[in-house]
Amino acid sequence: MPANLPSPDTLIDALAEQIAPHIRPDCALVGIHTGGVWIMDALAERLKLDIPRAVLDIAFYRDDFSRIGLHPESKPSHIPFEVEDRRILLLDDVLYTGRTIRAAMNLLFDYGRPAAVRLAVLVDRGGRELPICADFAAVRMALPADAHISLEKSEAEGLHFVMKRKA
Amino acid sequence: MSANLQLTDDGRLRHLLTLEGLPARILTQILDTAASFVPVSAQERDVKKVPLLRGKAIFNIFFENSTRTRTTFEIAAKRLSADVVNLNINASSQSKGETLLDTVANLSAMQADMFIVRHAAAGAGHLIARHVAPHIHVINAGDGRCSHPTQGLLDMFTLRHYKGAFHNLRVAIVGDVLHSRVARSQIHALTTLGCPEVRVVAPKTLLPRDVENLGVHVFHKMSEGIKDVDAVLMLRLQNERMRGSRLPSAGEYYKHWGLTPDKLKLAKPDAIVMHPGPMNRGVEIDSAVADGMQSVILSQVTFGIAVRMAVMSILAGN
Repeated sequence: MPANLPSPDTLIDALAEQIAPHIRPDCALVGIHTGGVWIMDALAERLKLDIPRAVLDIAFYRDDFSRIGLHPESKPSHIPFEVEDRRILLLDDVLYTGRTIRAAMNLLFDYGRPAAVRLAVLVDRGGRELPICADFAAVRMALPADAHISLEKSEAEGLHFVMKRKA
Repeated sequence: MSANLQLTDDGRLRHLLTLEGLPARILTQILDTAASFVPVSAQERDVKKVPLLRGKAIFNIFFENSTRTRTTFEIAAKRLSADVVNLNINASSQSKGETLLDTVANLSAMQADMFIVRHAAAGAGHLIARHVAPHIHVINAGDGRCSHPTQGLLDMFTLRHYKGAFHNLRVAIVGDVLHSRVARSQIHALTTLGCPEVRVVAPKTLLPRDVENLGVHVFHKMSEGIKDVDAVLMLRLQNERMRGSRLPSAGEYYKHWGLTPDKLKLAKPDAIVMHPGPMNRGVEIDSAVADGMQSVILSQVTFGIAVRMAVMSILAGN
């Protein structure tokens, strides 16, 4: 774990501060399964937001299906509001290649045409492979290409980062 | 029949030919994946499809008629953005004398990625699966009396949807078990998924001789067979069978084996009623039951699309 990476809770506080001025009644939060959903719920609680929320699982929109097949644990996507003309704040834990966000946007547009889509993440780790950037990021830090970082949640530790070296 | 033909060397699903011998983890994976596909058909979506199988060619080859099964496979493939070709072989090459494997070889030469096969002969899907190129997947959409795995799976999905789990269920399969590929698939799936009490309820003449070996409890009286069950899985009585000596008449069958509101009262009050369709109203099922509060027959059709989407996308990815 990089020594200078703050805890998820600290980062969620920072992100809440960044997004707070931009929340309007026609906004909606959309969390990408699973890390983005935890962040969405934490932000909504911190900022006492009562705007609509949605959960996206991008398994059916991934661009590596022909290489690695169907992701074994897909979850249903659920958008309980009209996407049409809505200002969407897309939430994910870590922004890396940008491929997840590409998939999430394609999925979102199959529900309708949003007025705008903004992206907020806890960690922007660089390494983009697509022309995508975060509008809000709690921390921006370059990580080596063989590092895999993800947000996890457990009873004992709450939200925490797990970092693995790729084999 | 070999279950290995269906699996890759590392134990993933390559073809879906029968539920017999498939491990619970694969059945559960299909049911879980299907749950994720249900919202793809939701009203809230402008585009009711996902791009998963874009560019794949899926051939529905039906040597036996079945509007519903063929249509739900077609819809499922289209919701996955695949290109679908429907072939009604009865009316084409086979009547000119082409063999099954020649038909399949020709379709393979047209760059098929997946075959969905319905055939009157048991094992037709296995035969095709043994002869296709390694990248081609085969789904059995019903072969003879043998097996109808996607129907069995959609029945399991429906059961799990309404009842939550299998480990505490008492399920009765009622009717023409002898001629039913659906019943066989249901029995294999239920026992694999840990359903502790699977009953078959039928006259002796409509039961296969070895049925007890499948791990089921046999009942020859409807009133005993459906007593206190959580779900009644009705089977279709094929009208053509009744001309033979197995049954006296449709009216007689209805009297003893038709599911009426009165008989259904013997099941648990929250029991659900399923039927694979097409229904013979007034023969195996009373209209008051088919259209009643406990019937989930139309949900089965809807869930059938999501289940077939799951099977196709798992196969295509393996």
